[in-house]
Amino acid sequence: MSGDEYFRRKDLLGLRFLSTGEITHILDVAEQFRGLNLRTIKKVPTLRGKSVVHLFLEPSTRTRTSFDIAAKRLSADTFSISGSGSSTSKGETLVDTAKNLAAMHPDIIVVRHRRAGGALMLSKELPDTCIINAGDGACEHPTQGLLDLLTVRRALGGFRGRVVTIVGDITHSRVARSNIWGLLKVGARVRVCGPPTLIPPGLVEHGVEVHHDLKEAIDGADVVMALRIQQERIPRGGHFFPTLREYSRLYGLNRDKLKNWARKDVVIMHPGPVNRGVELEPEVIDGEWSVILDQVENGVAVRMACMYLVLGGERAAAQEGRG
Amino acid sequence: MSGRPTIVAGGRVLDPDSGHDGIADVVIDRQGRIKEVAPGLLSQADDKWQVIDATGKWVMPGLVDIHVHLREPGHEYKETIETGSRSAVAGGFTTIACMANTIPVNDTGAVTRFMVDRAKRCGLARVLPIAALSKGLRGESLAEISDMVDEGAVAISDDGMPVMDAHLMRRGLEYSKIFGIPISVHEEDSCLAHGGCMNEGATSTRLGLPGIPNAAEDVMVARDILLAELTGGHVHIAHISTAGAVRLVREAQARGVPVTAEAAPHHFVLTEEAVGDYDTDAKMAPPLRALADRDAVLAGLADGTICAIATDHAPHPAQDKHVEFELAANGIVGLETAWGLTMQQVEAGTFDLMAAVRLLTSGPSTCFGLDTGTLRAGRTADVTIIDPEGTQTVVASQLFSKSWNTPFKGWTLPTRVHRTLFGGKTVYAWDGERGQVGAAAARAQRG
Repeated sequence: MSGDEYFRRKDLLGLRFLSTGEITHILDVAEQFRGLNLRTIKKVPTLRGKSVVHLFLEPSTRTRTSFDIAAKRLSADTFSISGSGSSTSKGETLVDTAKNLAAMHPDIIVVRHRRAGGALMLSKELPDTCIINAGDGACEHPTQGLLDLLTVRRALGGFRGRVVTIVGDITHSRVARSNIWGLLKVGARVRVCGPPTLIPPGLVEHGVEVHHDLKEAIDGADVVMALRIQQERIPRGGHFFPTLREYSRLYGLNRDKLKNWARKDVVIMHPGPVNRGVELEPEVIDGEWSVILDQVENGVAVRMACMYLVLGGERAAAQEGRG
Repeated sequence: MSGRPTIVAGGRVLDPDSGHDGIADVVIDRQGRIKEVAPGLLSQADDKWQVIDATGKWVMPGLVDIHVHLREPGHEYKETIETGSRSAVAGGFTTIACMANTIPVNDTGAVTRFMVDRAKRCGLARVLPIAALSKGLRGESLAEISDMVDEGAVAISDDGMPVMDAHLMRRGLEYSKIFGIPISVHEEDSCLAHGGCMNEGATSTRLGLPGIPNAAEDVMVARDILLAELTGGHVHIAHISTAGAVRLVREAQARGVPVTAEAAPHHFVLTEEAVGDYDTDAKMAPPLRALADRDAVLAGLADGTICAIATDHAPHPAQDKHVEFELAANGIVGLETAWGLTMQQVEAGTFDLMAAVRLLTSGPSTCFGLDTGTLRAGRTADVTIIDPEGTQTVVASQLFSKSWNTPFKGWTLPTRVHRTLFGGKTVYAWDGERGQVGAAAARAQRG
């Protein structure tokens, strides 16, 4: 393994900032942690004595639990702060909250924030604390992107030349962005599909194929990733589509559409939580195409890898190995 | 006032209003008015005169900025009339028109009078309040414009807030004809902007930020051109930022519609790229646009479609800017960088030096019907002297503004403001190492 493939960063802010080698390396390390999660005894002492703060200023169940399990399996001490129970609800700014937390010397702050650039801001403000972005506005959700990449790689064996179609609200989706940047870097072809009202400008310049017709978009695709319609994140009065019913008619995936339009071995993904009957019909969610629960499973391994790598465990181990 | 005659001797006098460009002396009388501009006047001077040697310098009318935010009353932590005036004269401006979005809003004569009185007490620059169009800038009903005009308001604007009610705009334009002053409009359809915080395009997609399309500006400019045509009222487009808006204004002017426009330096210098990774000093309204828009604004300045450079000086301290991009306040300070950024365009060949001076003096003055921005005999002696050999390096902590929100930190700009005279009195001077304002300026230059 060449030195460039090590992950040397203090923070994980977004896939946009990572090299292909770094992404591949995180996936490789995650693959190792995956095995650990299948053992009877799932805990290793790797991060013993380290503390991880989960600063979740936006609601989250899956991601937060996944991070918490990941940290605990590495033997780190974890602390959880949520939006409603914290000083941010008393008007404290994000930077002040984070600086106060940093003064207590945690090793990692995992942050979810409703504004784009929130995690990047903390990484600049807190030079001595590792920041892991658990979602910043519509910008990025890098660990989700990485767990999706790991799931794709496990399902297909690789990325080069493979076609991944992302269906839904691309404009407001940080999951879509992390996947787009990550998939393009590892050599996959990325299509997005949705109503023109939910496709942001400039994607073609970034190397993405844009479709508004679901049939065309999934034709020949190896993977179809449906995104959740996040009604809570869509600004009111947006006029993006008339009703969920019509959205589902145009962009929802059911058995018939997959049978008629998609490859036989197409892989269906969804970052969850699913609106059953909107993006995906139950028969698809629970059907043979679906790797949705694999995504969740891979999430723990990816987050273990990310925490391990930002803390420089890799660097230390590599140095020991050489010395 | 010095109380004695002054002569600014031996400089290259640039006065777009009279078309004068050549070496000349400028004589200022005891009352602080321009007496005469001509070569060879130095022989008139005796030892009672103050002689300002301007050899090798450029001598021009004091610069005029028809769009600033001075924040007083209400937001004195951002800027005050005094600190804003200091910033103005340090940037070569002697006349500044301040917007009405203070607390309370400048929507009554009493607030206008307060601003005028406060500025007079500072005595550094001519501060001309702009009257609110609507009460409280709420866009619902007309403010008492006559009351404010009587106290010194020179234009009308709800700047910061778009006037979404087309009927109110129509009535405002009709009503403005009583006073013969323009309505300066912040053109942004808030439905189309839909909570956006930067230009809509590949950069906003990359950053995951909600974007504002050019059409948000263009449809409002189109509407207000039609309303100017309907009413005969003078529409002035503030901080024009899109190629479409420039084209609409150009076409309307060709038809004889009473529409004028100003551009801010940041819109003709920067593009959306400046946002980088959430640099809030590149967040403004209207937002920094694409390259084609920037080039269209430059073309509009060059061909006269845009008659004025105005800074939209918008001071905000760190607490309002050092936050998440979507939450950060809009705007940058501009008074102390406008001249240098304009000179960059002269050096780039976008327009010539006389055109640059016009865009910062007689252009805005004529647009707002002011009697400043000229060196004509009888007018107040507001004079800005530029050192063409100097340069200006922008250092935030050395700005005279109370706020340091500028994306131009570290930039080195061509030429330097050497001295600023307001009513014949030195209010700013470069002492060789740094700028000095007020009494310190007079001292710096005495020796």
